[in-house]
Amino acid sequence: MWDAVFLAPSLIALVMVVILPFFLGIFYSLTDWNGVRPVITYLGFENYKEMFSSVDFLYSFMITLLYTVINVVLVNVVAFLLALLVTSRVRGRNLYRAAFFVPNLIGGIILGYTWQFMFNVFITNLTAAGSLIASKDTVILGMSIVNTWQYAGYIMLIFVAGIQSTPLEVMEAATVDGASYFKRVTRILMPMIANAFTVSLFLTIVNSFKMFDLNVALTNGGPSARFMGQVVNSSQLLTLTIYNKSITTKELAKGQAMSVVLFVVLVVFSLIQVSLGKRREVEA
Amino acid sequence: MADPMNLDAVNVNHSHRFRKVLLEALAILMMLLVLSPFVVVLFNAGKTYDQITRNPAAPPTDITNLFDNVRQVFGDPTTDLLGAFADSLIITAVALVVIIFFSSMAAWVLVRNRSKFSKVSFMLFVAAMVIPFQVVMYPLVYFLKGIGDTLGIRMLGTIHGITFAYLGFGSSLSIFVFHGFIKGVPLALEESATIDGCSQPGIFFKIVMPLLTPTIMTVAILNGIWIWNDYLLPLLVVGGSQVQTIPLAVTAFAGAYVKKWNLLMTASLLAMLPIIVMFLFAQRYIIKGMVEGAIK
Repeated sequence: MWDAVFLAPSLIALVMVVILPFFLGIFYSLTDWNGVRPVITYLGFENYKEMFSSVDFLYSFMITLLYTVINVVLVNVVAFLLALLVTSRVRGRNLYRAAFFVPNLIGGIILGYTWQFMFNVFITNLTAAGSLIASKDTVILGMSIVNTWQYAGYIMLIFVAGIQSTPLEVMEAATVDGASYFKRVTRILMPMIANAFTVSLFLTIVNSFKMFDLNVALTNGGPSARFMGQVVNSSQLLTLTIYNKSITTKELAKGQAMSVVLFVVLVVFSLIQVSLGKRREVEA
Repeated sequence: MADPMNLDAVNVNHSHRFRKVLLEALAILMMLLVLSPFVVVLFNAGKTYDQITRNPAAPPTDITNLFDNVRQVFGDPTTDLLGAFADSLIITAVALVVIIFFSSMAAWVLVRNRSKFSKVSFMLFVAAMVIPFQVVMYPLVYFLKGIGDTLGIRMLGTIHGITFAYLGFGSSLSIFVFHGFIKGVPLALEESATIDGCSQPGIFFKIVMPLLTPTIMTVAILNGIWIWNDYLLPLLVVGGSQVQTIPLAVTAFAGAYVKKWNLLMTASLLAMLPIIVMFLFAQRYIIKGMVEGAIK
């Protein structure tokens, strides 16, 4: 009896807040739902068909992919180098670790406005160069830089945990054998912490696809660009496109269809990660 | 322990010392680079608008400018940042208490009760973590609105409404983390209490929960940072109502004072301050909690 009482609050909340709206959401993506009209017509895959021929969506999906690739490389490379730095013999390692982690505590909205100032006022004023986020060619790079600045300190911690769990003797033995530092890191350390790389890659991919707050506060989709003969928002990532579709044009069902695509992408990456983790457990 | 760096002869010592200095210089440089945006915010929150446009890199000269800016930011009647601080604090605190109690209770049942229903429920909690917020957000808002219209319980624009939503979204990871820890708690402790005539709630609150303290810290940190900084859920659930959170207030403020950088930097500084101060005190726990949440 008590079991039910203990389980009920969380389970009811999960079902009402996540599970039911999730299935409703998938159903709505097959209709002409707009949140106002009480009568809903079933359309089949009409919204999906239209979405894949919509320039806005295709462009947004494409730059989200681009943003993800840039981010995965930048964040993981910087995070790994920082992890090497804070696990080396440098004095004050804990201080550096904490400092590199601090940007992670601040929300994307606040950081977005802060970096708007950094790009548009501070850096342009100091260097006389144009702002990265003011040009359609560099705005995605600008967003990736901010995301790397924020996120690398977090991913660094995952690498640090991995490095600290490897036996020191192996690296030491390689030192005696005269292997260079670069060789020791790439040939010995990196294979040993392969699991940390799987986790980090997965987290960065998911984080990039879900990016929203920073996008809103830093660029809100701008500046505009031309794509396939149409004007598009050059930095409007997938989640912001979904949001705008629903808020500004009130095409909620079409936004739902896009969000289902986002869901499918995330499920695919999650399954890949789980299967990689399983395989490694078997090997080990 | 032998130092692997010094196993070679003395003649390499010299180059090692040089390398160590280089490493230290690199670490300091990286730290300055990472922390510089915070310094920029701090500097420019203490300047007037004209001083910023003249030279955004110059340090502030007069502390009264900072007080002036703070007074203007807090005094702005349309955005009410002070009220947003209070609401953010209440929402985060209430949601944390609710999440910690209900998910630890649920996780305990899910570990100890080996029924099929319990296994399926646990799978449901874990699987729900893959669902992105974007799929559920609008159906959820209309669902919550429907509860208000039909049952008369207002969920939108209320603290209890947003707390309920946070329990739904936060329970998955929290139950997962608690589940992992409770699995390792020996059953013998609880069995002896049962023999002594302790009721089930008694066992949980008197025996199990005290053991969970480190895990509670982890869960509180993971959820606390997320809820405190969250933007989209509050925007949809309490946006446009009397209830307001800091990210909502700052966006409203930024919309009303476009390019008024002195006020925007001050608002950003004020919004950052509470969480940075907390980090200074609980740094060790926060870093540990974040790593545990990621690796699990």
